[in-house]
Amino acid sequence: MPLRMKINGEARELELDTRTTLLDALREHLQLTGTKKGCDHGQCGACTVIVNGERINSCLSLAVQHEGDEITTIEGLGTPGDLHPMQAAFVKHDGYQCGYCTPGQICSAVSVLKEIRNGVPSHVTDDLAGDIGLSNIELRERMSGNICRCGAYSNIAEAMTEVAEA
Amino acid sequence: MRSFTYERARTPAEAASAVATMRGAKFLAGGTNLLDLMKLEIEAPSHLVDVQDLDFGEIADTDDGGIRIGAMVSNTMLSAHPRVRRDYAVLTRAIQAGASGQLRNKATTAGNLLQRTRCSYFYDTNMPCNKRRPGDGCSAIGGSSRQLGVIGISDSCIATYPGDMAVAMRVLDAVVETVTPDGSTRSIPIADFHRLWGDTPQEETVLERGELITAVTLPRPRGGKHFYHKVRDRRSYAFALVSVAAVIQDDQTGQVAFGGVAPKPWRVPEAEELLPQGAAAVVSRAFAEARPTDQNKFKIPLAERTLAGIIADARS
Repeated sequence: MPLRMKINGEARELELDTRTTLLDALREHLQLTGTKKGCDHGQCGACTVIVNGERINSCLSLAVQHEGDEITTIEGLGTPGDLHPMQAAFVKHDGYQCGYCTPGQICSAVSVLKEIRNGVPSHVTDDLAGDIGLSNIELRERMSGNICRCGAYSNIAEAMTEVAEA
Repeated sequence: MRSFTYERARTPAEAASAVATMRGAKFLAGGTNLLDLMKLEIEAPSHLVDVQDLDFGEIADTDDGGIRIGAMVSNTMLSAHPRVRRDYAVLTRAIQAGASGQLRNKATTAGNLLQRTRCSYFYDTNMPCNKRRPGDGCSAIGGSSRQLGVIGISDSCIATYPGDMAVAMRVLDAVVETVTPDGSTRSIPIADFHRLWGDTPQEETVLERGELITAVTLPRPRGGKHFYHKVRDRRSYAFALVSVAAVIQDDQTGQVAFGGVAPKPWRVPEAEELLPQGAAAVVSRAFAEARPTDQNKFKIPLAERTLAGIIADARS
């Protein structure tokens, strides 16, 4: 099927088998290999990308569901010479070890801060009527869909805290 | 994954008709559960009817003081909606207790109701499963059953309905609105929406072929204190061993439903009438006909303790 999407600000046209996931379209057809395939079943979060401003698991979405959508991958957040603040904070706080989950962690982390700003509550938000704080437990709960086998969680939370308070 | 053709429906009637008439056709909403199962070939639709362009994305007030939730409203949008947070907090709490942020952004209200069980034998295509292949046998009976159902189950299947959102909707007396392939509409109380397994565990809801969920309505708020307490093996991003949704009034009366224990959100009106007497009375009545295994019999005292915690919180 023909498909048009805007990826990292650039209009792209593809011809894809209906079975192609958004993840495989990015990696195999557009060579945007920053987004990683971990479990391929929505359990690990390595494939997290931002679609129309919201983070999703790109492995659990068919590319054809995204006709006309705006997709931001890790390549679109920042570049080696011009890091996104969250990328810079991950480097500063050592928010990774092997790095495989990192693109998904960063796309998720950027989205989490936006979700808090937008007033989306979480499982650990005490008061559904009040402002949502940026506590460590609040950040950790919201990042539970991103698994890090190296266990960099505490440093990831510190990086997010720094960006949130900047 | 098996190959399939794909279309985007332009009207609800067109979507319903396409699924009713095309052999092997299924609706596609968020896709987070369906695509997972298609990769394992547990689901193998020959045609997908994507309903994302239908006008089902809004939450609106109803004339009787309740709300109408469009079928395609995401779990995130629903849980964050100001009226839901204020008037139906048990629903916000239940949704936020389930899945991950990424999944809640994509998963829809209708899709959440239709999500399939997470019984490990349903997922393991090397093992017999009556839900996957009717007549195949149930590997869970006599197998690993710690996560599985204790009540409302059958000799064919002991799986649970795995969701959280529907458990809250059950105490709120939600109504599922649908359109059928002949163009008529139907209102199904959520109490009647999910089936008990019986001899046909492959039939999970009362929806007919091609019947499309358009919305879920909630009646006017009933006040009270709202709770959703979920007990699971991890503190986040795990399915319930037991969950309890409750709305408790100042006089200790209220509504209570249990998740993670049955093929549907488990609410027994005669049991919840005993709420003023405490958790033991309620659970003993609600689970009177339970048939747990040795591995999952812990769920019944766990349900009692979880409800006791809620009752204590409601009094404080």
